[in-house]
Amino acid sequence: MQWETVIGLEIHAQLTTQSKIFSGSSTTFGAEPNTQASAVDLAMPGTLPVPNEEAFRKAIMFGLAIDADINKRSVFDRKNYFYPDLPKGYQTTQLDHPIVGAGHVEIQLKDGSKKSIRIHHAHLEEDAGKSLHEDFHGMSGIDLNRAGTPLIEIVTEPDMNTAEEAVAFAKKLHGLVSSIGICDGEMSQGSLRFDVNISIRPVGEEKLGTRTETKNLNSFRFMEKAIAHEVERQIELIEDGGEVKQETRLYDGEKDISRSMRSKEEANDYRYFPCPDLLPVVFDDDYIEAIRKTLPELPDVRQARFIEQLGLSEYDAGILSAENTMAIFFEATAKTCNDAKLAANWIMGELSARLNSEDKSISGIELKAEQLGTLISRIKDGTVSSSGAKKVFDALWSGEDNNVDKIIDAKGLKQVSDTGALEAIVDEVLAGMTDQIEQYKAADDKKRKKLMGGFMGPLMKASKGQGNPKLFNQILAKKLNN
Amino acid sequence: MHNKTVAELSKGLAAGEFSSVELTQHFLTRIAEQDTKINSFITVCEDDALTEAKAADEKISAGNATPWTGVPFAHKDIFCTQGVKTSCGSKMLDNFIPPYDATVTSNFKQQGAVCLGKTNMDEFAMGSSNESSYYGRVTNPWGENLVPGGSSGGSAAAVAARLTPAATATDTGGSIRQPSSLCGVTGLKPTYGRVSRYGMIAFASSLDQGGPIARTAEDAAMMLNVMASYDKRDSTCIEREVPDYTATLNKSIEGLNIGLPKEFFSDQLDAKMQQQVQNAINELEKLGANIKEISLPHTELSVPAYYIIAPAECSANLSRFDGVRYGHRCDNPKDLEDLYMRSRTEGFGEEVKRRIMVGAYALSAGFYDAYYRKAQQVRRLIKNDFTNAFENVDLIVGPTTPSPAFGFNSKGDDPTAMYLEDIFTISTNLAGLPGMSIPGGMVDGLPVGLQLIGNYFDEARLLNVSHQFQQATDWHNKAPKNCL
Repeated sequence: MQWETVIGLEIHAQLTTQSKIFSGSSTTFGAEPNTQASAVDLAMPGTLPVPNEEAFRKAIMFGLAIDADINKRSVFDRKNYFYPDLPKGYQTTQLDHPIVGAGHVEIQLKDGSKKSIRIHHAHLEEDAGKSLHEDFHGMSGIDLNRAGTPLIEIVTEPDMNTAEEAVAFAKKLHGLVSSIGICDGEMSQGSLRFDVNISIRPVGEEKLGTRTETKNLNSFRFMEKAIAHEVERQIELIEDGGEVKQETRLYDGEKDISRSMRSKEEANDYRYFPCPDLLPVVFDDDYIEAIRKTLPELPDVRQARFIEQLGLSEYDAGILSAENTMAIFFEATAKTCNDAKLAANWIMGELSARLNSEDKSISGIELKAEQLGTLISRIKDGTVSSSGAKKVFDALWSGEDNNVDKIIDAKGLKQVSDTGALEAIVDEVLAGMTDQIEQYKAADDKKRKKLMGGFMGPLMKASKGQGNPKLFNQILAKKLNN
Repeated sequence: MHNKTVAELSKGLAAGEFSSVELTQHFLTRIAEQDTKINSFITVCEDDALTEAKAADEKISAGNATPWTGVPFAHKDIFCTQGVKTSCGSKMLDNFIPPYDATVTSNFKQQGAVCLGKTNMDEFAMGSSNESSYYGRVTNPWGENLVPGGSSGGSAAAVAARLTPAATATDTGGSIRQPSSLCGVTGLKPTYGRVSRYGMIAFASSLDQGGPIARTAEDAAMMLNVMASYDKRDSTCIEREVPDYTATLNKSIEGLNIGLPKEFFSDQLDAKMQQQVQNAINELEKLGANIKEISLPHTELSVPAYYIIAPAECSANLSRFDGVRYGHRCDNPKDLEDLYMRSRTEGFGEEVKRRIMVGAYALSAGFYDAYYRKAQQVRRLIKNDFTNAFENVDLIVGPTTPSPAFGFNSKGDDPTAMYLEDIFTISTNLAGLPGMSIPGGMVDGLPVGLQLIGNYFDEARLLNVSHQFQQATDWHNKAPKNCL
C-alpha cells in the first residue's frame, strides 16, 4: 500500500526578554543553579505574577511576521499538574484565547517548489525549571533559573507531508524568529524546541490516522531522522496488522531509537481554568500598529531584494536571506568585494561546507565578512589564484591571521602578473620543450586545447606556483600560435 | 488603656499621655493573661513589638509620627511577615518563615505601627467557625462554648476581648464580616482590588480581599487608610487614588437611599435577628435615610456558585504546597509520588482536603462546563443583580449572618450546614463589592451584625454611614464579660 505522511509541529520558542514573563528575575542562560529565581519564581506563599509587557510585544511581533490575526483580548489559563520543577503546581499558559491567531509561513523546497504552512495559533506561556537527576546520589536536584522564562508556543496545522517539508519549515521558522529578534534560536541551549506530530494514512484517504507526538527535538538533523524513524515504525506497525496508539514518544538521535513516554490514557487531566491572578490582556489597534513599525525586514522581503537588487537566483537568495546572521554576513561580504554573485558562491560553497563539517554557525566563527570580501577582491584583481585563495581562507578560518594581504604575502601566494617576468619564464620553459611544441603545432584545434594543458604544469612549477595562470595562458597562446 | 479606640490611642500617644512601650506592654500582658482561654493568637511577637514600640516612641518625640506610629495592632496569620512565622492556620506552614513582607504588612511598618502578633484563623481561611485551625479553635469572648466565626475568628475575638485595638483580616466569602458579627466588632471587606493581595496567602484569588477588623467605624477607616494602596506586584489591584477615609465620617446621611433586599429577610433568618436588624434600620431612618425594598433575585444561587468557584481556585492555589521547596515534608519519602501524597495528606486538614477535592472535580474534563462555567455564569447574574439595585439605591442593608454565634461542633458532620452560615455575605464577594458588618443589636445576650453593602469603591460611604450609626447607638461599645 502507498502511505501518505501527515506532519504537524509544535514549537516552543524562548522569547529574548531581559526578565521573566511574570517576575523580574533575569533570563540569562547558564547562571549558577537557582541564582535567577525570586520568591515569585519559587511560588512562595502569597506571591503573585506580574506580566512582562516585553513578552507581549514579542509575541505580537511574531504574529505580525506570519500575517496572523492578533487577538486583542487574550487570557491566561492555569494548566494543573504536579512536578518538582513546576513550582506553582500549574503552568500559566493560554488555552482558549491565545495572543496570536491563525497565520501562515511559506516554505521553499529544494526542487524550487513552494508551499504554504498554516499556523493554527501561537500562545504565550511560562517555561518550567529543570530537574537534574545526576550528581545527587539517588536524589534529584531542581534548578528554577529557567522557571518563568517566557515562551511562545507555535502550533501548525498538519500541513507537512515529508521530513524535508518539516525541516524546511523548522529552518524557516528558526530564521524568522531570530531575524525579528524575538528568540536567539540557540537550539542547543533549548531556546527553540520542536515537538513533531506524525500520522500516516493510505494515499487518497481523507481521514487522518492516529498520531504520535515526538517531543523536544533540538536539532534539524535529529528532527529529520526522528520523522523518518517514526514514519517507518508506523508503517511497519500497520502493515503487520497492528495499530498506532496515540502517545507521546521520546527519540534518541544518537541511537536512532524511540520509546513511548506516556499513552493517551496516562495523560494528565490538566483541569485548565482562567488564571484568577491575571486579568485578561487587551490591546488596541494603535498598540499593534506601533509594534508593526518596529518589525525589521522579514526574510521573505529580504529574499526578494536579493533577487531584484543583487541578481541572485531564487534558491541562493532564499538560503542567504533566511537567517539574520547569514544575511548580514552575506551583505557585508558582497559590499566589501562589490560582487554579490561571487560572495554568494563563496558563502554557499566553501563557507557552508566548512560550517556543516564543523557543525558551527556564522556567529561562532573567527572569519569576518570583511575578510572574506577582501579575499574575493584579491581573486578578482588577480592578486591570488582560486587555489591560493582556499589557502588564505584556511588561515582566516583557523584564526591564524586576520589580514588577507599579510597571509598572501606570508604564504607566498601572490600571483606574478608582471607580463615581462612571465614572458621570460615562458621563453625559458618553452626552450626545453621543443618536442611538445612540434606536437602542438601539428595538432588540430581540438587536440591543441588538450596539449596546452601540458605546458601549464611546468610553467606553474617554474614560477613556484605564483604565476598568474590567466596571463600564462595568454602569453603561451600568443607564442605557440605564432 | 485597652478600652480606648485606635483614634484615642493615636491621640494619647501624640499628646504624650503614655508611651508606645507602655501601651504595647499593656497589651502583651493582657494577651499573656487572657489568650490562654481565647486562643486568638498563633504567634505573639513580644520582642519585636517592644522593639517597634521603642522606635515609635523615638519617632513621636522627634515629631515624625503618623497617626499609626506606636499604635499596636495584630495581623491575621495569612499576611506574610518577614522573619516571623506565617502559618495560615495550617500544619503545612507551621515551619514557614517568609523572607518577605506582604504589601499590607509593609504598609503598616511604614506607618510605624506596632505588630503584637499573628492571629488564629481557619486553616487556609477555609471555615466559618475557626474550628479548622491546626492551632486549635478560637473561643468567642462572648461565651466559652461559642465559636467566634471564621475564618478571621482570631482577629475578631482578639479585638472583642480587647487584646488588640484592631487587626487585619481577609474575606473570601464572609471571613471578615461573619466573625465581626458573631464577636460584636466592626469589620470591612473592601472592593476587590482595593487592598493588595501580594503576600496574603491565597485561598480563592478572585474573591480574596484583605480588610480591617476594629471596634469602631472610625478605627476601621484608620486601618483602611493604611491597608488600601495601589500595588504593581498585584495585577488585580486597581490603580485608583486612596481617599482619607476618616475625612468623610461625619457627613450627614440625610436623604441616603437604602435598599433592603427581600431575599435577605427570608425564613433563613432567625426571627429575633430579624427584629434586631429592623430596629437598626429604624435607627438609620431616624438619621434621615430613605428605606426601600429591593430584590437581589439570584441570592440563593450564591452559595452553590461560591462553593464551586472558591474550591476550584483553591485546588490550584494550594498545589504549591508540595513538600518540595518549603512547608511540611513527610519523613523519608520513598519516591516522588510518596513525597507528594504524604506531605499533603499530613500537612492539610480535613476541610482543606475536602475543598481541594471538590475543586479538582469541578474542573476536571467533562465536568468543567456543568460546574465551573455554570458557576461563573451565575456569578455574572449575581453581579448584575447588584448593578441593577445600585441604580436605585446608594447602599444595601441587611443581616450579616442568619443567627448569632453558635456552639462548637454544632454544625455536626454536614459541611453544607456550615456553608449556609455565609448566605448573606458570599454574594458581595462574587460581585467584588465592598461590604461591612457593624454591631447592630443583641439577641439572647449575644451581638448580632448589621451588614452594609456599597457600590464599587464606596468604602468611604460605608464607613460614613457606619460611623453615623455608631454616633447614635452604643452596640459597638458593648463588651463581653470580664473584657472591659
